[in-house]
Amino acid sequence: MSKVTSAKRVPAEQITIEGLTGDAAIAHALKQCDLDVLAAYPITPQTIIVEDFQKFVANGEVDTRVIPVESEHSAMSACIGASAVGGRVGTATASAGLALMWEILYCAASMRMPIVLNVANRALSAPINIHNDWSDSYGARDSGFIQIYTQSCQEAYDTTIMAFKLAEDHDVLLPAMVCIDGFILSHNVERVEMLPTEAVHDFLGTREPVLPLNPDDPITMGPLALTDYYFEFKEQQDEAMKNVPKAFKKVEEEFEKMTGRSYGMYEEYKTEDAEIIILTHSTTGGTAKAVADTLREKGEKVGVLRLRMFRPFPTEEIREILAGAKAVAVFEKCRSFGAASNPLALEVRTALYDLDERPMVADFVVGLGGRDVPPTTIVDGIRKTEEYLEKGEAPLYETLGVRK
Amino acid sequence: MATKLKDMLETDEILSSGHRMCAGCAAPVIVRLMGQALRGPTIVCEATGCLEVATTIYPYTAWKIPWIHVAFENASAVASGAFEAIEVMREKGRYKDEHVDVVAIGGDGGTFDIGFGSLSGALERDHDFVYMVYDNGAYQNTGIQRSGGTFPGQETTTSWAGSELPGKTQRKKPITEIVAAHKIPYAATVSPYYWRDFIKKFRKALEVDGPAFIHAISPCPRGWRSESSKSIELSKLAVETGMHPLYEIVNGEEYNLSTPSKRLKELKPIEEYMKPQGQFKHLFTDRWEDFREQIQEWVNEDWELLKKKCTEE
Ligand SMILES: Cc1ncc(C[n+]2csc(CCOP(=O)(O)OP(=O)(O)O)c2C)c(N)n1
Ligand code: SF4
Repeated sequence: MSKVTSAKRVPAEQITIEGLTGDAAIAHALKQCDLDVLAAYPITPQTIIVEDFQKFVANGEVDTRVIPVESEHSAMSACIGASAVGGRVGTATASAGLALMWEILYCAASMRMPIVLNVANRALSAPINIHNDWSDSYGARDSGFIQIYTQSCQEAYDTTIMAFKLAEDHDVLLPAMVCIDGFILSHNVERVEMLPTEAVHDFLGTREPVLPLNPDDPITMGPLALTDYYFEFKEQQDEAMKNVPKAFKKVEEEFEKMTGRSYGMYEEYKTEDAEIIILTHSTTGGTAKAVADTLREKGEKVGVLRLRMFRPFPTEEIREILAGAKAVAVFEKCRSFGAASNPLALEVRTALYDLDERPMVADFVVGLGGRDVPPTTIVDGIRKTEEYLEKGEAPLYETLGVRK
Repeated sequence: MATKLKDMLETDEILSSGHRMCAGCAAPVIVRLMGQALRGPTIVCEATGCLEVATTIYPYTAWKIPWIHVAFENASAVASGAFEAIEVMREKGRYKDEHVDVVAIGGDGGTFDIGFGSLSGALERDHDFVYMVYDNGAYQNTGIQRSGGTFPGQETTTSWAGSELPGKTQRKKPITEIVAAHKIPYAATVSPYYWRDFIKKFRKALEVDGPAFIHAISPCPRGWRSESSKSIELSKLAVETGMHPLYEIVNGEEYNLSTPSKRLKELKPIEEYMKPQGQFKHLFTDRWEDFREQIQEWVNEDWELLKKKCTEE
């Protein structure tokens, strides 16, 4: 159970409004979450988060110990050590850093450590590229982390705060990844409304660890479990993941009382009578909504389903929303080499498979390595989807915006 | 705080019987000796390896004190996290114990090789923890593969002895000196045979302010192909032959030879250490006689160098 706090609407005069980049917004959120420990290691485009946080430390603005680790592998390891003794813990990374953490992501999830990891989504090498796509966090989609993708600096700020409450919920106790698009959001200045720190403290309370490493009550954590028990551990982890939607709803309700803002596991935009629904997330969701507005003006029935939560995947809800459409145009910034299609479309197709009447799914891989995804690319995809509807068949996936 | 050895010996054991280490393995002995040096609440962060695997087979555990394992290469980083979190939670009034010692343990593989980056990082950050390596000279848990801690001439399953190769050809990484070069307050080598020396050094390691390092030789009957009854004898011979001399390094500079090593008039020949171990068998054939002599030269060289560094009389 998560502790129900008595969240009250924060009066307007107590809200601080600033122009912040996505990274800075997250650093401010982390500052207000009263972390015990933050592990810091630089990687573009996340670095500003840990830099800004260190500045807060240098100025005595936070009660947090920063561990300037020697690698991301150690960053996640230190987070686990700190979380194991009962601390509230966070770190941030991207791309190669997330890849280096990979082994330890699984440990964090399976050891049920409610760590919050901010990811500024960035392409993976080679060739080296510092710009945005989702290959990094999609690669970690089966690690057992909750994954939430955000569209604006405000949303990144709000979601980071909520992520701690969600992760620390006793029905959940799973680590959470809060993702922003590298550069597009991480380095883009937007208007951000910030809560007074006390309100965030009241909202989160202090972490109540369930079974910490404690000399008074010694336990063994992270043991060896073979064929006779391992599977049961995984089953419990799965149960925890299934508890996320309910806990998340509760967390958001509380947050909404305080701020008037909530986001849901996904955002539905003009989907009600839509014939073609664009399904995507992060900043591409914003572009897609602008495209939908324009096409609606021309009388085209286009809507957008902007996903926020990718793990757990809101299968049931998405199935219901998509069921009425003629086609779903998936836009995703990741290629799963050798797979039938790509991570997001694979998920959507699976969700729809059991329906008697399924909308057609068209999968467009866009924006790899930061290639711009302007509204015209989305429109291209919609036009292609219309063609496929006419033909009655769509390819499993195709790339848009690449020189061929 | 002066502590009597007698009092330390009366403390509760931290490892129960019924763990599943091999018969004659020195690692559990080392852990028990460490346990007797503990001064209060302690948390152990352990790297993957024999000791971890064999003492915590779920749903059982042999550990009577809080213990955590995360992975092979990160015991020091986990310790860093635990240490910092405890400190800050105490400051915030959320941690009851006035002081908790954090100890990290790893095998030679998890220390000399894959875990070295995380160890070096934690030392550089000056985290107040004790790192202990139980050095059985190879990756034993995965079936006797060479490590940076493997002696020259040792046969392992990735450094076979044959007609062309005499087992491992390279020298052993001087881990204690490398670690001490971080200018940490205390580093020392120990052997379970010299248990007084062991316990006293471990306590000293706990008491210094900042990181400390303990390097324990840990005979492994399975990998060394030695009699399980000979482990403690071998940990004595390792010292007497100069394969594992006992010394301390204070603040990265001051070298002190420890009594058991200091008392040696001269080193015993390495043969005495090698003969009882199947892993060195090939060195006693004509083919590898020369290499054995080479190893003896290396050991002599290192010993002379060490004595020179040990300024104290
Ligand atoms: C990243 C990673 N690589 C490899 C392994 C496999 N592995 C587990 S224990 C081990 C060897 C441990 O050797 P050492 O640290 O010397 O301890 P010992 O088993 O000898 O006690 C290896 C290679 C692993 N667990 N993780
Ligand atoms: S293989 Fe060696 S180190 Fe491992 S438990 Fe057996 S004797 Fe000990």
